[in-house]
This record gives sequence, C-alpha cells and structure tokens, in this order.
Amino acid sequence: MIYWQLFVSFFQIGLFSFGGGYAAMPLIRQQVVELHSWLTPTQFTDIVTISQMTPGPIAVNSASFVGMQIAGIPGSVVATLGCVAPACVIVTVLAWLYYRYRSLKLMQGALAGLRPAVVAMIASAGVSLLVQAVLPGGLEQNVDWVATILFAAAFAVMRWKKPNPIVVMVSCGAAGLVCYSLLGMFAG
Amino acid sequence: MRDGKMLGVLFFSSLKLSAFTFGGGYVIIPLMRKTFVEKYHWLSENEMMDLTAIAQSAPGAIAVNAAILVGYRIAGVVGALITVLGTVLPPMVILSVISLFYEAFRSNLAVSMVMQGMAAGVVAVIFDVVLVMAQTLWQQRRAIWMVLLAVCFVASMLGVGAAPLVLACGCIGMVDTLRLRKERGKESK
Repeated sequence: MIYWQLFVSFFQIGLFSFGGGYAAMPLIRQQVVELHSWLTPTQFTDIVTISQMTPGPIAVNSASFVGMQIAGIPGSVVATLGCVAPACVIVTVLAWLYYRYRSLKLMQGALAGLRPAVVAMIASAGVSLLVQAVLPGGLEQNVDWVATILFAAAFAVMRWKKPNPIVVMVSCGAAGLVCYSLLGMFAG
Repeated sequence: MRDGKMLGVLFFSSLKLSAFTFGGGYVIIPLMRKTFVEKYHWLSENEMMDLTAIAQSAPGAIAVNAAILVGYRIAGVVGALITVLGTVLPPMVILSVISLFYEAFRSNLAVSMVMQGMAAGVVAVIFDVVLVMAQTLWQQRRAIWMVLLAVCFVASMLGVGAAPLVLACGCIGMVDTLRLRKERGKESK
C-alpha cells in the first residue's frame, strides 16, 4: 500500500538523518530515487533547488513534494508525518532528560562545554552561506555586489536596531527583487 | 501558565517562524531566540544554546527538533506536538502547492531574485545571533570556552559533523567541572 510505503520511507529518513539538511540528502535520494523510483534524478535535483528557495527543512520539503506527486494530499500528509515522527519521540525523550537532569553539576559541566560548540557550528554554517550568497558562481566568478551590500546593510541594522529578523529577511528579498531587476535592465 | 491562550501563541509563533526559515535549519535559532528569549522571556540565553545543541545532535531536521524542545519546555508533550504541527504546516502546504506547478516556479526569474536578496539577509541574521551567543559566552570570562569555540569553528569548517563535536565538547565540559571541584576542595582544606 502506497501510504504505508511513503510513511516507512520517510520514517527512515527522519530516523537516520543526523547533522541536518545536506547530510540528509544522500539518504533521501537513496529512498526516493533509487529504491522506489518515485522521482527521476532530474526531479530530485529540482526538489533540492526548490528546497533552497522555500522555507523548511529539506527532509520535510521532499516528503511533502514526493507525497503530493505520488498520492495527492493524503500522501503529502502521510510522508511528512513519517518524516517528523522519529524526532517527535527521540527529541521529546531528550527534552525530558535535559530538564530532569540539568541541575546535576556534571550535566551542567557538559552543557557548558557544548555552548562554545553550538556557537562555532552556527558561525561555520553562516560562513558557508555567506560564501554562497556573495560568490554564487564559485571563486572563479564575479562577486555578487548586490548580495554583499545587502548583507552588510542587513547586518548593521540587526546589530544597531535589533529589529525582528523576519522583517530584515523580507526587506532583503524585496531589495533583491528591485536591485537585480534594475541590474538586468541596465545590463540587457 | 499552561492555558489555551499560551498554546495559541506557541502554535502561531512556530507557524510564523517556520514560514521564514529560509536557507537551512540554523535560521530558526535566531528567530526562536528573538521570540521566546527576548519577546516572551520563556527561555534563558543559556537554555537556548543548550536546546540548540540537543537539536543539532538528535536525528532529524534542526528546525523541527528545536521546535519540539521549545514546545516541550513551555507546555510539555502537548506543547511539543503543537510546535511540531506549527513548524511542519508551512513547508508542507508550500511544497504541496509547488509540487502542482513546480516547473513554472523553478524557472521564475522574480522568485529567484527575491530569494537571492533574502539569502543575504539570512546570513546577516545568522551572524547577529552568533555575536549575541558569543557575548554570552564571553561574559563567563573563561579562556577555555573561547579556545573551544575557535577549535570547533575550524573543525566545523573542515567538515567535522555535529555529533562528534558535541560529544567531545560535552566530555571536555565534564572534565572541566570535575577539575574545578577538585581545586575548590583543595582550597577549602
């Protein structure tokens, strides 16, 4: 039965994808393209591109997309449920453990050690995203000056005005539309 | 504090945050920090970092995991279910709709321009939260955390995964606590 297959497939993806986003991609590919042939390799590349343009985790995005393509709205719901079900159980247990034991001295020590790692990992993700935004074509290609200026301006506003980050992101999107359209008109 | 109004706030907050997690799971961390730490004061700065560490180390998407943790913290298992629902709905609806006419979407020039601009904003938001969190660490005046931060940054840039980093740093933190306790024990004698 197709709904059960979708659920089981995405349950496995949810269960075994450690390290977020891009680490999950080979797993999704293996389940969706190689094992079940629900998507062609080209469609899979498309879904990766679309995932970058839309909000949400790539695993959830591909679950909704594949489910919808294969079995309509119920398919989309079932696949997405399968994808988040393992996290619901595992992370709830971890949350329970954290709040039960975090007052222990040793646990506090461990958590204090984790905090620098968290900041470092977010910083490293930030650097990768910055390179992607500023040098979209790789090192050999030109710097995207629009993205560079937008980044600098947005960062300055974030630091000084402390606005809602969503407002900053949406404004950058609007500014991007205007600036790239103008550039396109002058260049073309 | 666990009443209907609060669950409503929790649901609509996670719905809104999820709708704007462009550019990968980490973006949800600054958004959540702004809402749950700064606006509602439901979490402390340190708690937010702890929850981020757990979200990164557990299997599954960071955004979903972080939502479960925050939901559980604020309203138990019910809260976790509500935040998961709020977090999953926006991408599910968006991707289901796109799935119907995805070729038009993929090749739309205006969409890609907006996304390019947004990507720059996302990076700014991420760097801002890095500075906020680094300042919280700095206030503890412990050189060891700064060294650990630098080492982990380099390791992460070189492609070391979250799980080994989290494990190693957790162990270092425990050893550090034991060492401090031993020193204090000696002083008191």
